[in-house]
Amino acid sequence: MKFSENWLRELVEIEADRVALAHALTMAGLEVEELTPLGEGLTGVVVAEIVAAEKHPEADRLQVCKVDAGQGEPLQIVCGAPNARVGIKVPLATVGATLPGGIAIKAAKLRGVESFGMLCSAKELGLDADASGLLELPADAPVGRPLADYLGLPDASIELKLTPNRPDCLGLLGLAHDVAALFGSAVKAPAPPSIAVESAARRGIRLEAGKDAPRYLGRIVEGIDPAARTPLWLAERLRRAGLRPVSAVVDITNYVMLELGQPLHAFDNDALHGDIVVRHARTGEKLDLLDGSKAVRLGEEFLVIADEREALAVAGIMGGYHSRVTDATRNVFLEAAHFAPAAIMGRARKLGLHTDASHRFERGVDPALPRRALDRATELLLAIAGGKAGPALVAERPEDLPAPQPVALRRARLARVLGVTVADEEVARIFTALGMRVEAAADGWRITAPSSRFDIEREEDLIEEVARIHGYDRIPTHSPAGALTLATEPEARLGELAVREQLAARGYYEAVNLAFVSEELLRRWGLDEALVPLANPLSADLAVMRPSLLPGLVAALSRNRARQQERVRLFEFGRVFRRDGRPDVQTSKPAPLETPSLAIVASGAARAEQWGEPARTLDFFDLKGDLDALIAWGGEPGRWSLHADDLPGWLHPGRGARVVRDGETAGYLGALHPQLAKALDLGPDVHVLELALEPLLARRLPRAQPVPRFPSVRRDIAVEVPETVGWSQIEQAVRGSLGEALKELRLFDRYSGKGVEEGRKSLAMGLILQDASRTLTDDDADRCVREAVSALEKACKARLRG
Amino acid sequence: MDDLDSRASQALVDIDKADTLESLDALRVGLLGKSGIVTAALKSLGALAPDERKARGAEVNRVKERLADALAARKQALEQAVLDRRLAEERIDITLPGRDGERGGIHPITRALERIAAIFARLGYQRADGPEIEDDWHNFEALNFPPHHPARAMHDTFYFGDGRLLRTHTSPVQIRSMVGRQPPIRIIAPGKVYRSDSDQTHSPMFHQIEGLLVDETSSFADLKGTLAEFIRAFFERDFEMRFRPSYFPFTEPSAEVDIRWDAEDGSERWLEVLGCGMVHPNVLKNCGIDPERYTGFAFGLGVERFAMLRYGVSDLRAFFENDLRFLKQFA
Repeated sequence: MKFSENWLRELVEIEADRVALAHALTMAGLEVEELTPLGEGLTGVVVAEIVAAEKHPEADRLQVCKVDAGQGEPLQIVCGAPNARVGIKVPLATVGATLPGGIAIKAAKLRGVESFGMLCSAKELGLDADASGLLELPADAPVGRPLADYLGLPDASIELKLTPNRPDCLGLLGLAHDVAALFGSAVKAPAPPSIAVESAARRGIRLEAGKDAPRYLGRIVEGIDPAARTPLWLAERLRRAGLRPVSAVVDITNYVMLELGQPLHAFDNDALHGDIVVRHARTGEKLDLLDGSKAVRLGEEFLVIADEREALAVAGIMGGYHSRVTDATRNVFLEAAHFAPAAIMGRARKLGLHTDASHRFERGVDPALPRRALDRATELLLAIAGGKAGPALVAERPEDLPAPQPVALRRARLARVLGVTVADEEVARIFTALGMRVEAAADGWRITAPSSRFDIEREEDLIEEVARIHGYDRIPTHSPAGALTLATEPEARLGELAVREQLAARGYYEAVNLAFVSEELLRRWGLDEALVPLANPLSADLAVMRPSLLPGLVAALSRNRARQQERVRLFEFGRVFRRDGRPDVQTSKPAPLETPSLAIVASGAARAEQWGEPARTLDFFDLKGDLDALIAWGGEPGRWSLHADDLPGWLHPGRGARVVRDGETAGYLGALHPQLAKALDLGPDVHVLELALEPLLARRLPRAQPVPRFPSVRRDIAVEVPETVGWSQIEQAVRGSLGEALKELRLFDRYSGKGVEEGRKSLAMGLILQDASRTLTDDDADRCVREAVSALEKACKARLRG
Repeated sequence: MDDLDSRASQALVDIDKADTLESLDALRVGLLGKSGIVTAALKSLGALAPDERKARGAEVNRVKERLADALAARKQALEQAVLDRRLAEERIDITLPGRDGERGGIHPITRALERIAAIFARLGYQRADGPEIEDDWHNFEALNFPPHHPARAMHDTFYFGDGRLLRTHTSPVQIRSMVGRQPPIRIIAPGKVYRSDSDQTHSPMFHQIEGLLVDETSSFADLKGTLAEFIRAFFERDFEMRFRPSYFPFTEPSAEVDIRWDAEDGSERWLEVLGCGMVHPNVLKNCGIDPERYTGFAFGLGVERFAMLRYGVSDLRAFFENDLRFLKQFA
């Protein structure tokens, strides 16, 4: 809602200056979003008439004008504006004036011709953005009069950011009521005009939309002057409210809408056939919109204003093209109606529209306004364009009109919710000032709001009004009392922050990607099944909820590499989304599953470049080390294992692993598949890990065991096994054969090549042996080694090396 | 006797000249060893008369002591020299970079979010969460947004076409935390939220933190006190604050909170940082809580806004570009 400050002040008299007014509005919940002072620094600018204009002898684009500024002798002014011509009235900045932009006007010579002032555009005067030519003033503008005086300046354009609960402030009269309440003043509403009916022209009105359209008023005004021009004062008020003047009739309806808050529409009466019918649209009914922008196809949920032939306008949203007022219209049908908010809500949006009318009607317009607005518009129309007014044509369904009900406000509830006691007199004053009826009750008040206040339905609405007008800043500041129950944090669960900090300590930076990706990218990864696509994505790149954190995170890695960051290590926490196979009870469609997950990606050198160690490109085991560290944090590494089977297509089949906890797949680890890496323009060094978060956060609550009292013994063995035998098989065989006696098994060397048979590898390991009840002897240890070796021979085709 | 004296004098000169531990030890053997001259002189005492033996013995012992002291002193000096040489050889350039010292970092959004959550944890607020893919009831209806209400249009919503949507705020967690539970309730719900809006100052995904307190005594004054404390704790300084009436369907009275922010260029302005209000009775009712017995307040804040203010980030989009040159500033 944008409006002229002077206009508001005409409706409510207050002492407060502009800054105080803006502050009070903001602090009453009517936030001032923008305040633009207008017409400051116009001293020395006067209305002038161009009485002669000749081409400048030295410059094609300049004219030498003689200008009458009411000072007797005409002034000579050199002017470059394209619209400068004899007979028009324009603003003249006289010598000595300083314009809002800082230009000081002096007598000057332009290409050798003397000039005593400057003719101005609206932009040069700080009135408007229009710099295309001189600001042309009406023909009756009095020559010599100070421009500020003539235009009603200075003024300010104030723009409010209104919340949807306050449609009553979408008209200056409603706003004036709040201002009056804030400053203890009263509203000076213009008296409702009485219209002299001079024509019998009428038209039947039929209400056929039930409670959706309970009131419709119309009036025919015949014989207006189609060439009538909008007077300057009215055009200026529209301009300062952000509306461009269009034509006298349209400008008048807009003016009344701004003044009272009631949207109006004007039809060309000669384009209407028979009765006006207010009804729901028929399915598929078509209409060309007023602004000529498009034809819309309507459905039954829309209200239309129709005549006996066809729909003329989308009710409460926009008029139609064929019944619009044109510059040839002589007979006008004015409309002012009440539509139920629920019948308009969301409809404009459905058509891709948002209009001043729909904005107001879907929030709620005072049902008492149509008559007043119709008379006000008629009054202005007769004054500006002449014509003869017909009688007001009224159709109503009184039983369907909203009637304000009294709402109880309890004194004790008011004090409890606000945490402060507001004096009874102040409460009564506030409601009275807001135009509400106040009745005393045993425990408080009964309040009846005016029909303009759609937001007053229950006690809390009244409490808010008291708080708002009394002032939020007058409510004290207090610390909540009440029983403090300590939030319990389960110890058998790792905090996400702890995992993040650990990853950061291991050299990873946390990334945050948008949760939507392109389907095309997912196709490259082979992740395009069971997707959860958005119905209204911002773009194809952001069309699908991510089924994995990796495509986005690898893309971030790629972008960083393109910025000369060779060694990139990133991690991300976020949810991943998949359609579940099972149908959902609510919608019977497959429900989307969201799984909190963690991913890490790394490329480049295993360690930051360093002087003391040889550089090495990272490999599978670097990331596996990171995974091991994360797992170790939970205290139960034994429940985790890696498997080389059932890998997703985006992993290198020989350098990828499925991460399993308690038999359930928790995620994947490894190098990207070389084909995918190539398609993404990445090298073989990119390694990734993705894990569901929940299994990782599960943590063991420690149970203390006695510390071993007897020393441990270490025996090292080296065995040769076929290449295909995995370390986990060896570990299993050794552990299986030694049971409790084996405390730890450490692999300390792996070798293949010279000295080892082709197709085999040598593994050297240390066995840490210990018994809880006694010190192990050499014989005990030797026996353990023999058992381990024999188990390895059987299970892994192992041969003991020298 | 003169012979021993003169040889001892010579020996002292030799000891001083000895420049290795080995040559010093050879001297020691020649003087004090089994067949050394001092040992020989002591052995020769037996041939002397008793009174002469005593005087002579004392003299020989003095010589022996003098030599032993000289040997010990020289030995210590030589050892010190060896140690000094070794220490000099072992000197390293301690200014060389340390090994494996590179560390990563946590995202500034996480950092701000965790800081905020920790402040409320100290006030007894328990962390809560809900799904990001929500249904209309939790995201709107239960929060007192009627169907098609203009307040919904202010939430540019992403839909899935099956009635589900991406939550537009963390407020549905209020509903999930209250349904099936009775006060006292204190929760804090951080998380990702989504709006179909993307430009310089809007990201289609961003982070919010929702707070909710419901009990038998809470009032608007408590809400003001809680948020004033929070702002002070987060920024570690006092701000001029103001509560401005506003409108959210799920709170009434509602407010927006501004702080008086002094920009780096010295200018001051009011900056909106929070939305809040008293929980609307309809919301409590929708969750099975009696609004006559209980009152509550709720607040919601944008984590990005707090991170931008706290760490001086001027471009919202930087948070989601994952440029290491940006991320490394928060390590």
